[in-house]
Amino acid sequence: MVEAKNRGATVIHVDPRFTRTSALADLHVPLRAGSDIAFLGGIINHVLSNDLAFLDYVVAFTNAATLVSDEFRDTEDLDGLFSGFDPQTRSYDTRTWQYAGMEQTPEETRGSSEQAREHAAGHEFGGHGAPLGGEVPPSDPTLQHPRCVYQILKRHFARYTPEVVEQVCGVPRELFARVCDAWTRNSGHDRTTALVYSVGWTQHTTGVQTIRAGAILQLLLGNMGRPGGGVMALRGHASIQGSTDIPTLYDLLPGYLPMPHAATHPGLPEYVDSLTGSRTKGFWANARAYTVSLLKAYFGDAARPDNDFCFDHLPRISGDHGTYQQVLSMIDGRIKGYFLLGQNPAVGSAHGKAQRLGMANLDWLVVRDLTLIESATFWKDGPEVATGEISPETCRTEVFFLPAASHVEKEGTFTQTQRLLQWREKAVDPPGEATSDLWFFYHLGRRLKEKLAASADPRDTPVADLTWDYPTHGRHAEPDAHAVLKEINGYDVTSGRLLSTFTQMRGDGTTSGGCWIYTGVYADGVNQAARRTPAGEQGPTALEWGWAWPANRRILYNRASADPAGRPWSERKAYVWWDETRGEWTGADIPDVEKTKPPSYRPPADATGPAGLSGADPFIMQSDGKGWLYAPHGLLDGPLPTHYEPAESPVRNPLYTQQANPVRQVYPRVENPANPSPPEGGSDVFPYVFTTSRLTEHHTAGGMSRYVPYLAELQPELFIEVSPALARERGLAHLEWAHLVTARAAVEARVVVTDRLAPLRVEGGWCTRSASRTTGATEA
Amino acid sequence: MVERAEFTSYYGRPIVKKPVWKWPVPAYFFTGGLAGGSSLLGFGGAVTGNWRLARHGRRAGFVAILASTAFLIEDLGRPERFLNMMRVFKPSSPMSMGSWTLMLYGPTAGLAVVTDILHGAAHFPARGGAKRRPWVHALARSRLLDRVSFLGEIAAGLSGIGVASYTAVLVTDTSVPVWYAARRELPFVFVGSSMAASGGLAAVVNPAADCAPARRMAVLGSALELVASDVSRRRMRAGPVDVGEVYEQGRAGRLERLSQALTVAGAVLTGVAGRRRGAAAVGGALLVGGSLAKRFAVYEAGMQSAEDPTYTVGPQQARAAGLSEPPGRARGGRPARR
Amino acid sequence: MVSRTSFSGPLDPAPDAGWVDAPPHVGFFTDTSICIGCKACEVACKEWNGVPDDRFGLLGMSYDNTGSLNANAWRHVAFIEQPAAPEGSDGGFRWLMSSDVCKHCTHAGCLDVCPTGALFRTEFGTVVVQADVCNGCGYCIPACPYGVIDQRKGDGRVWKCTLCYDRLRGGLEPACAKACPTDSIQFGPLEQLRARAADRVEALHASGVAGARLYGADEHDGVGGDGAFFLLLDDPQIYGLPPDPVVPTKHLGKMWRAAAVAAATMLVGTLASFLGKRR
Ligand SMILES: Nc1nc2c(c(=O)[nH]1)N[C@H]1C(S)=C(S)[C@@H](COP(=O)(O)OP(=O)(O)OC[C@H]3O[C@@H](n4cnc5c(=O)[nH]c(N)nc54)[C@H](O)[C@@H]3O)O[C@H]1N2
Ligand SMILES: Nc1nc2c(c(=O)[nH]1)N[C@H]1C(S)=C(S)[C@@H](COP(=O)(O)OP(=O)(O)OC[C@H]3O[C@@H](n4cnc5c(=O)[nH]c(N)nc54)[C@H](O)[C@@H]3O)O[C@H]1N2
Ligand code: SF4
Ligand code: SF4
Ligand code: SF4
Ligand code: SF4
Ligand code: SF4
Ligand SMILES: [Mo]
Repeated sequence: MVEAKNRGATVIHVDPRFTRTSALADLHVPLRAGSDIAFLGGIINHVLSNDLAFLDYVVAFTNAATLVSDEFRDTEDLDGLFSGFDPQTRSYDTRTWQYAGMEQTPEETRGSSEQAREHAAGHEFGGHGAPLGGEVPPSDPTLQHPRCVYQILKRHFARYTPEVVEQVCGVPRELFARVCDAWTRNSGHDRTTALVYSVGWTQHTTGVQTIRAGAILQLLLGNMGRPGGGVMALRGHASIQGSTDIPTLYDLLPGYLPMPHAATHPGLPEYVDSLTGSRTKGFWANARAYTVSLLKAYFGDAARPDNDFCFDHLPRISGDHGTYQQVLSMIDGRIKGYFLLGQNPAVGSAHGKAQRLGMANLDWLVVRDLTLIESATFWKDGPEVATGEISPETCRTEVFFLPAASHVEKEGTFTQTQRLLQWREKAVDPPGEATSDLWFFYHLGRRLKEKLAASADPRDTPVADLTWDYPTHGRHAEPDAHAVLKEINGYDVTSGRLLSTFTQMRGDGTTSGGCWIYTGVYADGVNQAARRTPAGEQGPTALEWGWAWPANRRILYNRASADPAGRPWSERKAYVWWDETRGEWTGADIPDVEKTKPPSYRPPADATGPAGLSGADPFIMQSDGKGWLYAPHGLLDGPLPTHYEPAESPVRNPLYTQQANPVRQVYPRVENPANPSPPEGGSDVFPYVFTTSRLTEHHTAGGMSRYVPYLAELQPELFIEVSPALARERGLAHLEWAHLVTARAAVEARVVVTDRLAPLRVEGGWCTRSASRTTGATEA
Repeated sequence: MVERAEFTSYYGRPIVKKPVWKWPVPAYFFTGGLAGGSSLLGFGGAVTGNWRLARHGRRAGFVAILASTAFLIEDLGRPERFLNMMRVFKPSSPMSMGSWTLMLYGPTAGLAVVTDILHGAAHFPARGGAKRRPWVHALARSRLLDRVSFLGEIAAGLSGIGVASYTAVLVTDTSVPVWYAARRELPFVFVGSSMAASGGLAAVVNPAADCAPARRMAVLGSALELVASDVSRRRMRAGPVDVGEVYEQGRAGRLERLSQALTVAGAVLTGVAGRRRGAAAVGGALLVGGSLAKRFAVYEAGMQSAEDPTYTVGPQQARAAGLSEPPGRARGGRPARR
Repeated sequence: MVSRTSFSGPLDPAPDAGWVDAPPHVGFFTDTSICIGCKACEVACKEWNGVPDDRFGLLGMSYDNTGSLNANAWRHVAFIEQPAAPEGSDGGFRWLMSSDVCKHCTHAGCLDVCPTGALFRTEFGTVVVQADVCNGCGYCIPACPYGVIDQRKGDGRVWKCTLCYDRLRGGLEPACAKACPTDSIQFGPLEQLRARAADRVEALHASGVAGARLYGADEHDGVGGDGAFFLLLDDPQIYGLPPDPVVPTKHLGKMWRAAAVAAATMLVGTLASFLGKRR
């Protein structure tokens, strides 16, 4: 942020609280928590009603011109619901949301959003949404047709006037106007604006749609795929991006391939077909190559064409196996054992009490961590021991604590938010018996394989078939992390040569690769992630610092930085462009388009895969190559974002009868009560909104900071920040104690009264706000 | 005038750190003053042939300096490293200069006591009629002893003045607002206090018959202390921020009032009725007490002024705003190197 | 060793202290306008220098739980919440953050008064305590016009920022500067830093931040300029800094003179007391 300011950027910070970020920003815009869609909707409306969109870009690169089914009905027509809602299942039939003429596309895998919500949370189609059929939907490049996406957008967002923004968000009109003005004026041919978000958005029940709203705005203003633009998720843990790429999520395989589902993916052909459709365009068309290469990496020689490359060895998901469902299953005694690595749910996860009760009802629990965290000791010192809900004598869970090596005590990569892989060297040996997680899983697997070596039970064959042959070194027989990265990169099975790009992957078993999007990280046998060419010795895109997936590309969809004819939109914002004389794409980055595909290329009617996309289409992972202002597929709660109140909001939705996101996932259980929200009765029992936020001095649940004296002394206690107005209202005094009570729990915290929390005026009264937390306290 | 309201501090926290010195330090200021004054008194007595005052001065000076040294070492964070004071001779450090002065004073004060004992041995019969060793007599009667003793007496008297006065510089050469602000007057306060205490002590322990000089010294010292304090106080009051008001507040205020009362009462009693043994003793004791209270008043005032950022900021702000001529600004050019 | 330090005015302190072929005078320029209050400097300092942890308790002074520079905190990040909007700022609220440190004064009160020579001037022009010499006399503490140097309880000696003397000798930049993510703390030869700082103030003024000013950069100030100087956005005292500090020893000559006159008064007065009757 300071770097950006030094280069002349204007930084606007939108946050209910005045934070350390606000302190450095040019403008701080406080808004009511959970009202961002209304805020962004207001800006979108400002853009659309004042004709401020970057029309050349929008028409050419987005689906603005595409016509949508005439059966589609908007929330504006249905008082907060889109067409296709089934109140019985609280889910949408998405048929009417489709492009015109595609309503009938038979997609039995798609089904209703209920099924999707209950088992795959939108990841069913990998990271890209569902494929479209082969046809090209009708469109109106003049953007005048009433059913074109642009006009639908215009109607949908017309409601979000500055007055409504003020009413819903508490942002005064003139302040809002400054934001609109700054954003639009800094977008266009010559300028771009970046949008950065993190958990202030993602942790809401409306999080995905808020991000969608941001993406719509950025597309309308031509800020995608261009330098200085984009929608940036500032991701959390050091390699949290890496743990989605090579996922720790139950419903994904590496490279955003979905985890096969018991019902819909009986075998490899069905699985691949569900990803590619019959005539899919774009790079997902090669899903078979990615899947088969992954299976080769898992099962090596055992993966053969005649056994579908051991596809059946993969586990199948059968429902919601997400973390919250699992906790409930633990409480119900349906889960017996739990490996806990690098997470401290007793402190950090929502509804900590349920987490602890769940973990207290296991046969065994393995915790690998740097210190003896609360998730390993809850059975003897958790709050439930004091209340008698957990008794150390009778708690049935056997806890195994294993000391883990920290990131400085082992080598490997971090993948950060920009998809950049950076190799870390090991700085020091781990203390005592601490070992790396790689060591743990490798030797666990090795021992399991040994134990099962003699087994003839077919259910043990997946383990037997696993390739498990990493070279080891050192005192603890540490597996070689380079070997793992090479396996992920992929290689030609016959020659053993490392692949340099995923386009070399084949679906016939001749290539192996652990994560297709990472292919190239070991190109030419060189650990590209370990490159550290200093900034001064290379160009502004720093292509020789680490390695970004895919293909070391620093800005995704960067073909959009050139106009449809392949010329930069402006000199100032030139990034990649078509070099007519050499007949190829060139520029400061790796072009995100086939290098020699001319801008003038138009696909033949029956072309599929990458060849099915025109030379003017930048969004090559989308099946139509367009940026989706309107999302006919892939989202379960609507093709467009619209303002709902967050779950448990004490405020009545000022826009619709529909209070909250109608299809949001809920876990209605006695262990999991929710604060009532209007129009529900009793909603005045919990009249205050409190949000949590990080303190720089601590890290998440605090296992790495609360136990470090130098950090703990900097923020030694849990505290709650309240505005002077709220303090007066509740009789709270600076540095005294307050009780925070929710339907689920109560905690005590020291009170800090501060002007950084300012009351906002929203419809029907003042909104005094409070916020809290230090030392990784969660919503207990 | 700089209004207090104009000034917002950092949560009211002090800007300068108050000294970590505890009670032994003001006690040392007192005993140091007592030592210096007593030695000087002894010297005067020796010169004028007032042997009782001479002897008293030597002995009181020596005892007081022993106490001083104990207090000093007691207050060090690392007492075992006391002798590190002797690593350097540093004119920029009043404490270094003071240490060296003490190094001169202590032994010479000791010498004064030794020679005094030897003289006594020579001139007075041993107690209980015991026989003395012949070398003692020889030494006591030698001219060498007289010379050494005289030189020692001068050295002790002069360095005693140093001991009595340097402590004022020790405190004014700090960023403690009220001390620094008193840098012109505090040496006079300290020597006055020292004279009052030394004269007073002499009047307490010696017959009134020999003590007129001591009483005059005490009254003079009291007057000096009171006048210098008042001048200092007025100067501060005239400044843009009255740093000296700490002498009217809290512990410092109580000590200051106590000191004033004791000193005035002691001086009046001594001056008016000092010829009577009882009155002289009471008056002397009041003056000793007044001096002791004064040292603690100065100490506490310093602490209080350091704790309140107003006293650090106010005068500086005024100076920066050109409200008062910066006291003692360098007269241009680089000062001579030391 | 006799200190040769002068008491005021511009000066290159290392040669003045007798260093031959001293490297350039180095120090810090702390640009508080880009401090994000992360306290990485505080932690890095403690880690590198093995400074003990201090106190565990909420102070209620915004996000400052360190409180002050002291024996166990050689960097201290101040947090100032300002309700009113001074000129040049948006939004009606301002939150200032600033990382304070020993100023490594050109004329250092602490060093001037140290009676043991424990405090000394390094070849880099910085001021460092030798822990093996300090006898804990405590004199340097009130001598510092900034309230920096401090005695450690239970240890008896005084401690403060060494400007990472060990790192400087090893050719490394100080730990706090190294850790600072925004370059709010900039380390280098003072001459360069002063030029850079002047440019920065100009740039800030040009962008409407009228309150930006340098603190401790003036060689003609009461301490001959700070080795660690600052860019502040408001009056120094808001940050807990003295507005116009003067090294107390600047007037030491006068103090000695006053003491000499007082001593003479005592001598004359006492001796005069012997004139006249004995009883
Ligand atoms: N030092 C440190 N760094 C960290 C972490 C840490 O614990 N410590 N954690 C890491 C992790 S895991 C993550 S996920 C990231 C998170 O990084 P951030 O997202 O920056 O995390 P928070 O500080 O929790 O900030 C959330 C902000 O959102 C605001 N907010 C709350 N509700 C709303 C809302 O409805 N709308 C808007 N616009 N804002 C809202 C809150 O006031 C708060 O300031 O940080 C990472 N970095
Ligand atoms: N109320 C509230 N709750 C929140 C949030 C919030 O904003 N508000 N934020 C949420 C978010 S975004 C997140 S990401 C979560 C974070 O919650 P958690 O992930 O549960 O918290 P961490 O403390 O990051 O847990 C990481 C653990 O891994 C250990 N560790 C570190 N390195 C290694 C290693 O190499 N190997 C192993 N085995 N262990 C290691 C650390 O010691 C630490 O105990 O909290 C969530 N909870
Ligand atoms: S700031 Fe204080 S401690 Fe630091 S050098 Fe100057 S006088 Fe000494
Ligand atoms: S405390 Fe130590 S460093 Fe400070 S003046 Fe005394 S001896 Fe010198
Ligand atoms: S220079 Fe070194 S000793 Fe001084 S504050 Fe920075 S890290 Fe600490
Ligand atoms: S490390 Fe830099 S940005 Fe962070 S608090 Fe210190 S000075 Fe400020
Ligand atoms: S810990 Fe600090 S330096 Fe590291 S990634 Fe986070 S913000 Fe950046
Ligand atoms: Mo996170």
